[in-house]
Amino acid sequence: MKFTLSWLKDHLETDANLEAIVEKLSLIGLEVEGVEDPAAELAAFTVARVISAEQHPNADRLRVCQVETAAHGTVQVVCGAPNARSGMIGVFAPSGSWIPGTEMELKPGKIRGAESNGMLVSEREMGLSDEHSGIIDLSPAEGETAPALGTPLAEVLGLNDPVIEIAITPNRGDCLGVHGVARDLAAAGIGRLKPLNAPKVSGSYDSPLKWQIDSEAAGACPFVAGRHFRGLTNGPSPAWMQRRLTAIGLRPISALVDITNYVTHDLGRPLHVFDAAKVAGNPTMRFARRGEEIVALDGKTYALDDSMLVIDGGQAPEGIGGIMGGEASGCTEGTTEVFLEVALFDPISVAMTGRKLGIHSDARYRFERKLDPDSAVWGVEVASRLIAELCGGEASHPVSAGKRPDPRRHIALRQTRCETLGGLAVPSEQQKEILEALGCDVADAGETLQVTTPTWRPDLEGEACLVEEVLRIVGYDRLPITPLELDTTLPLPALSQRQRRVAAARTALAWRGLEEAVTFSFISAKQAVLFGWNDAQLRLLNPISSELDVMRPSVLPALVEAAVRNSDRGFPDVGLFEVGPQYDDDTPEGQTLVAAGLRSGQALARHWATEQRDLDAFDAKADALAVLEAAGAPVENLQTTPNAPGWYHPGRSGQLRLGPNVLAAFGELHPRVLKAFDLKGPAVAFELFLERIPEPKRKDGGKARPALTLSPFHPVERDFAFLVAEDVPAEKLLRAAKGADRQLISGAQIFDVYRGQGVPDGQKSIALAVTLQPTERTLTDDDLEAAAKKIVTAVEKQTGGSLRS
Amino acid sequence: MLDQTSLDTLKSELLAEVSAATDSRALDEARVSALGKKGRVTALMKGLGGLSPDERREAGQRLNLVKEAVAAAIEARKAELAEAELEARLARETVDVTLPARPFSVGRIHPISQTIEELVAIFGEMGFSVAEGPHIEDDFHNFDALNIPPEHPARQEHDTFFLPPRAEGEAPLVLRTHTSPVQIRTMQQVEPPLRIICPGRTFRADSDATHSPMFHQVEGLVIDKKTHMGHLKGTLIEFCRTFFGIDDLPVRFRPSYFPFTEPSAEVDIGCAREGGRLKIGAGGDWLEILGSGMVHPKVLQNCGIDPEVYQGYAFGMGIERIAMLKYGIPDLRTFFDSDLRWLRHYGFVPLEAPSVVRGL
Repeated sequence: MKFTLSWLKDHLETDANLEAIVEKLSLIGLEVEGVEDPAAELAAFTVARVISAEQHPNADRLRVCQVETAAHGTVQVVCGAPNARSGMIGVFAPSGSWIPGTEMELKPGKIRGAESNGMLVSEREMGLSDEHSGIIDLSPAEGETAPALGTPLAEVLGLNDPVIEIAITPNRGDCLGVHGVARDLAAAGIGRLKPLNAPKVSGSYDSPLKWQIDSEAAGACPFVAGRHFRGLTNGPSPAWMQRRLTAIGLRPISALVDITNYVTHDLGRPLHVFDAAKVAGNPTMRFARRGEEIVALDGKTYALDDSMLVIDGGQAPEGIGGIMGGEASGCTEGTTEVFLEVALFDPISVAMTGRKLGIHSDARYRFERKLDPDSAVWGVEVASRLIAELCGGEASHPVSAGKRPDPRRHIALRQTRCETLGGLAVPSEQQKEILEALGCDVADAGETLQVTTPTWRPDLEGEACLVEEVLRIVGYDRLPITPLELDTTLPLPALSQRQRRVAAARTALAWRGLEEAVTFSFISAKQAVLFGWNDAQLRLLNPISSELDVMRPSVLPALVEAAVRNSDRGFPDVGLFEVGPQYDDDTPEGQTLVAAGLRSGQALARHWATEQRDLDAFDAKADALAVLEAAGAPVENLQTTPNAPGWYHPGRSGQLRLGPNVLAAFGELHPRVLKAFDLKGPAVAFELFLERIPEPKRKDGGKARPALTLSPFHPVERDFAFLVAEDVPAEKLLRAAKGADRQLISGAQIFDVYRGQGVPDGQKSIALAVTLQPTERTLTDDDLEAAAKKIVTAVEKQTGGSLRS
Repeated sequence: MLDQTSLDTLKSELLAEVSAATDSRALDEARVSALGKKGRVTALMKGLGGLSPDERREAGQRLNLVKEAVAAAIEARKAELAEAELEARLARETVDVTLPARPFSVGRIHPISQTIEELVAIFGEMGFSVAEGPHIEDDFHNFDALNIPPEHPARQEHDTFFLPPRAEGEAPLVLRTHTSPVQIRTMQQVEPPLRIICPGRTFRADSDATHSPMFHQVEGLVIDKKTHMGHLKGTLIEFCRTFFGIDDLPVRFRPSYFPFTEPSAEVDIGCAREGGRLKIGAGGDWLEILGSGMVHPKVLQNCGIDPEVYQGYAFGMGIERIAMLKYGIPDLRTFFDSDLRWLRHYGFVPLEAPSVVRGL
């Protein structure tokens, strides 16, 4: 919503300056988005007189002018304009001024040997138009007087009127006209609201056209008024109106069109005028018929459907209700009689039609935000006054159809409510004053104020709304600053165990050298398919692009794509992780929190002291285990199984699980996936399902650890090597060894896996170091012998292998 | 042979041998030749047996002195040699310590995660706990319950992403356009008093220099019997000043409109714009960072809470936006690009969890 300061003062009697008005607007909820003061930019440029213009001695096309100015005395200026001549009145730009049209600072200098200390400017140089064939010529016509020397250019052009732009929240349709803005300012103590200038214009004849509302359309258009005008002259509108319209970004067209635009912005009351000569019969509000079309005022053809309200001109739709008029019945320079439309349209109907047709108009914007029903009455009078003033002619008696709705509400406002809800006690007299200034009727009923809201404020629905009205006018700055007290001395934990795991996972992965990424929740269908997506319910109906149209079934594709992007930028060694959602279905339970990571490129940066090696599944397994440990999972009890999902290399991947509960998958990515993303392998990855980690069991519910028993006796380490079949998992062997004597064996580590000489084909040798921790006495050779025997027996029995001799 | 002169000669010969030894082997040879089984001192000891007791005692004492002197010299020389050997070994073992150490790099935490942790730290101190909810929402939780009926103009401003409805005839599902549905879900499930913040992903079908189709918001909600707008001001002023670490940061509350709050307020913080740079702090200019207000009675009602008994406030802000302001990150879209250089530059070392008492 834009308006100029002088326009505002048409409605508001005030001594307040621009700064005070602008600040107050923001503080009462009409947020100022910008103030443009054309005069400020043109302040340096003033009216001057060319005393003499002589031919430049060294240049055919230049003249040396002596210019009389008010502030700089007589100045010599070299000028190339063909119209520069002795005695003319022009506009002078002094040296040092900023020329808006050329975006340069004007410097004194010598032009072909003649000094030049300023400039006589063209309209283009002033940024006013493209006119550059000559300098601005303000010489008076005969019988008129020239503007005084030194008069600012902005004043001469009538541009000394700052333009204010404010953002109107969707509830404040009443402030989509300057009058409404003025009312709010007046309520807030910035001046006095002038009454609406809507004297009754009496009609002199009966309107040949009558409004009709189709009975089915009464919901979409409850009321319409208008009148007929004849004997009009539709010339250009007066300069003051053109200036205002131009200032807010509208193009003046003709008096009749300008009047409708002006009233729309002045009073928030959209109007339409039909060229009555082009309307065949009584205009009727009705729903469009399927297949009907209209060429609207924007010159475009719109296909209508039966949910859209049109104004039927007797033969065809002549306008789309509340949105745009039709071209066929539009006013032209030759228009001499018109029929005025001042209607009330249903906001929802207008919004839906406007959305379907994709038309954004000033009328639609206002109807969507609800109009004052009374405006259908005073709107006719205002329009009639302006048409009479600008176009002459005579008006018919008003006509109307339908019934105006009454949006007023009766709301009880507890006098204490400003204090209990807003924190500020406002004297009831002041509450009453404010609400009355905003147009409410207020009756004091003891404990409460009985408030009747005005017709232009359908947004005032309940007590809380009235509290807001009082408080915003009093000023939010006057509300107290009250600390929020805790019910406890110290705050309780803000995070649940589950939420803390997220931070733990993040920290663990960062310490593993991975960078945290945050990627989009949607990916392309093509990528999603590779990661198991097959649920059409998870495909967006209106994606911003086909690259982002499916809710991701895994976090990995986004990380793979990020790796590719980094590689393309020249950074092929990538380690990334994300803790974020994957979407298994469209229910809340289908959203799973995953910690996922990806490594690609070189496993280790090239370094003088480290050997190079390729990334492998165990890098990913280590990452996954680090998260599990950080998140408090019982890592010791985890089993590894080889059946990871299809996007992993089938022979180089696995799952970490607790029985049937799969906590994580890890491994090399499938070559098919790498190829689809064009990522050079190997790349290893893991996905870990944070919510599946069981809550730690605590017997006493507290945080106490089990008692620690430290053995005084040295642990002993013994090495074993077993020959087992190739398909025996190492974990099985390890488990067998550890389980051989749970009292004595405190740990076992695999330190070698060997195939080759000395090991039969189809078998492998696995060497492990078993730690024996006695608790009662130092182990004797016999003890060790017995323990070793148990270990060998257990391993042989459970794996089918044999001790390697 | 056992006279003093001979012994003195012997002693000086042996000591010379010891001091001439330049390594442990030579020293051992000197020891053997002096004190070994066949050594010269040992031989003389053996010879003591043939002397008279008096002579033996006297000669023995003299010989012993020699023996002790030699033994002491050997020990001393041994230590000297060991020291020299150690010196030599250390010299051999010298490395070029200017070589780089074995690489170990710590990854960085994304600015969004860090900012959320900071929010949790600040609001946690004020008694808020963290609530979360689904990203795929239904119309009720994302709009209707928040007093945004289907025809409401605010719906258009939300640029909602839609997913197919769960059943024919139902409204399509949406990707939540704000984190407010978490407030609804919490109010439906938990009896007041309530004090929660809801950080998380939000989605809007808009993508340009200043909009991303996915971004993060945090919302706060307090519901009890007595919380009013003064508390809202108290909370948010405290938050802004703590988050930005500026004690005198100007904070301004402006009336505004949100369908789910009444009265509503937008919150500006002070800033200065100089030469195209934005500086947070007292500077004569204002920057909007927050939306807030008292929870609309209809919203409470929609969640089964009696608005005649309970009231409270809600607020919300963009996490990327406040992170950009605090940490000087110029471009929203770069948050989701996963450029390693960006992540390392703007990310945070995972050294300690953000905390108000330690400083943010």
